[in-house]
Amino acid sequence: MTASDHTVAKDAVPPSGGAASTARPSLARRVLSDGFTSWALATPVTLVLAFFLLAPIAMIVAVSFWGSTSFSIYPDFIWDNYDYLLGSSVTYKVFLTTLKFAFMTWIISLVVGFTVAYYLTFHIRSLTWQIALFLLCTIPFWTSNIIRMISWIPFLGRNGIANQTLMDLGFTTEPLEWLLYSEFSVTLAFVHLYTLFMVVPIFNTMMRIDKSLIEAAYDAGASGFQILTNVIIPLCKPGMMIGSIFVVTLVMGDFITVRFMSGSQIANVGRLISNDIALLAYPSAAATAVVLLITVLIMVAVMLRFVDIRKEL
Amino acid sequence: MKDIKKAGPSRRTVLKGAAATVTAAGASTLGAPMIWAQNIKDVVLRQSGTGVSAFNEIAQKVKEDLGFTLEMTALDSDAVAQRVATQPGSFDIADIEYWMCKKVWPVGNLQAMDVSKIANYDQIVGIFKDGKLTPESEIAQGTAPHTVGFVESVDGTAFADSPTEWMTLIPTIYNADTLGIRPDLIGRPINNWSELLNPEFAGKASILDVSSIGIMDMAMVCESMGEIQYGDKGNMTREEIDKTIAIFTEAKQNGQFRAFWKTFDESVNLMASGEVVIQSMWSPAITAVRSQGIPCVYQPLEEGYRSWGGGIGLSAALSGLELEAAYEYLNWYLSGWVGGFLMRQGYYSAVPETSKEFMTDNEWGYWFEGKPAEEPIVNPQGVTMEEAGAVRDGGSFYDRMGSVACWNAVMDENQYMVRKWNEFIAS
Repeated sequence: MTASDHTVAKDAVPPSGGAASTARPSLARRVLSDGFTSWALATPVTLVLAFFLLAPIAMIVAVSFWGSTSFSIYPDFIWDNYDYLLGSSVTYKVFLTTLKFAFMTWIISLVVGFTVAYYLTFHIRSLTWQIALFLLCTIPFWTSNIIRMISWIPFLGRNGIANQTLMDLGFTTEPLEWLLYSEFSVTLAFVHLYTLFMVVPIFNTMMRIDKSLIEAAYDAGASGFQILTNVIIPLCKPGMMIGSIFVVTLVMGDFITVRFMSGSQIANVGRLISNDIALLAYPSAAATAVVLLITVLIMVAVMLRFVDIRKEL
Repeated sequence: MKDIKKAGPSRRTVLKGAAATVTAAGASTLGAPMIWAQNIKDVVLRQSGTGVSAFNEIAQKVKEDLGFTLEMTALDSDAVAQRVATQPGSFDIADIEYWMCKKVWPVGNLQAMDVSKIANYDQIVGIFKDGKLTPESEIAQGTAPHTVGFVESVDGTAFADSPTEWMTLIPTIYNADTLGIRPDLIGRPINNWSELLNPEFAGKASILDVSSIGIMDMAMVCESMGEIQYGDKGNMTREEIDKTIAIFTEAKQNGQFRAFWKTFDESVNLMASGEVVIQSMWSPAITAVRSQGIPCVYQPLEEGYRSWGGGIGLSAALSGLELEAAYEYLNWYLSGWVGGFLMRQGYYSAVPETSKEFMTDNEWGYWFEGKPAEEPIVNPQGVTMEEAGAVRDGGSFYDRMGSVACWNAVMDENQYMVRKWNEFIAS
């Protein structure tokens, strides 16, 4: 990586930095262009981040202090939006629900994702098959996630295939109501939608584990379970953590899955925001978004305390 | 051709400026003897509205009959209200509901319409003028259209108590809403709104998740249960809102509701799949369920209907040729073709008499008079939706619009209500 970066830098700089300084001595030119190179390299990404990340967030924070009427929002500096948000018991309930979904989805997708990655890495011997089976995992993701989610509805419904099968097999006599429009169906859809985000990074780190480490552990007398807990899991931590960050942030920010799969009966933070937007209460939506952003940042910070991703990679 | 009368001559007679020579169907222009006759083809009117009446067929017919272009934009009701209130330059014609008119008119972006320029004004049904369908009618609660239908002058901002020369909106489309049921899965008569919370239907009921309309359905239910007596369901006090929401929150926690719906298709799917057997519903959704061959009834209830009405208003910025064209459009709208088109969807026209000429006797009898269909009833897309002998749910126009209990409304305590509604959804 480093080598190629330098090549790019040398190629890239003269047209901009060099044009003005062609007449100067070569030493001065090199010093100037080296200092300039770092800046020039950092500039594009800085600008992109500033325009597309920092500016919008700053805007959201600013708007969260604005006031609103039924039709308009006006610039102001008032705490009303936060007052109402933090003073309402609904907010806490909704944040709790959101955290609950994030936690359940995280646990289940971690277990499923780890198992899938483990199977692909250690039980499939040929690289071709590993790649083929991995691609198989991604097939559902070739369609829109709305479609993947909605297709559960007729399947889980009162007269759906799941209930029909259960009744035909004699497991139940009445249709199971909790299969659809319940916390179960929401969690199921989340796991279905986001497990791949867990599989990919775990598979990636697992593939890079030196097989001789496992052989050494085996030679030293470790059982299969001990190898798993003492060798594989510690070495997979960065992948598990990256996957966890993906899943947790995706679930925390979702609103459409909860709306469809709960039949609008369960609210999460995303739905609070979308309701506010529908009612043109942008300042209130912005305030909720800021609180959500802070919550998620804290969660990610805590997760990063456990694993130093930079070091481990 | 048998089912729809192509009543060219009668259309011409009802059109204002009917001295016009209307050429054969198709490329007709309204060759009125006015200076602007040639320029009108270049006029483009931008109509923003809720999706209810934004049919492409109407825009096409405008081009055919009047010569100018009508561009329609369909938005959800909140977005329309916002646009009318805050972006006066973004539309020429606002297609809104009467309760929205109460909110947006005082902002001043709409201009009142001179009733003397509306050819069929005298024939507009009483609901939109003095509020009475027939002289004996009681006026329902909520934002009844006539209460926000008139102002004192072209730029008046306060609503007039009685009809004046200046109308705020020209009524276009309206209907009476009630609960939809699956008679095959319920198997007994349903006669009251209170049935929505009957424990018999636990886990099989639904209500719409649109606060302004949902709260009215809730109020109809609570009143029917005898739990709450409202001063005005369309303008509740905070205590009334609290009590109403409390009753429904309790029902929700007891598992009364299978789901809440927000869009038309959700309501159709819930009903068609049998997840829900009783729910708030809109008329075209009933038709959609039935056209899948599934029995579904728009059940008339003893307490009456929750009604709504839409109308079109003119942007205050319209003037000159465009204003003339807009008046042509309004007159054309009331002249019958649109009415017939909308009545075949199950809605009503503000001037039913003119629509009669654009419907067959069979259609008129079924949709308006509540008579049994003599031949199959075909929807505007040409699909048979009712066999001969079928009778419209709720009966005739006068039966249905005559038993309106409440109009869609905007409350003084709207913001408080919305917050309570969100708590209900989150509870």
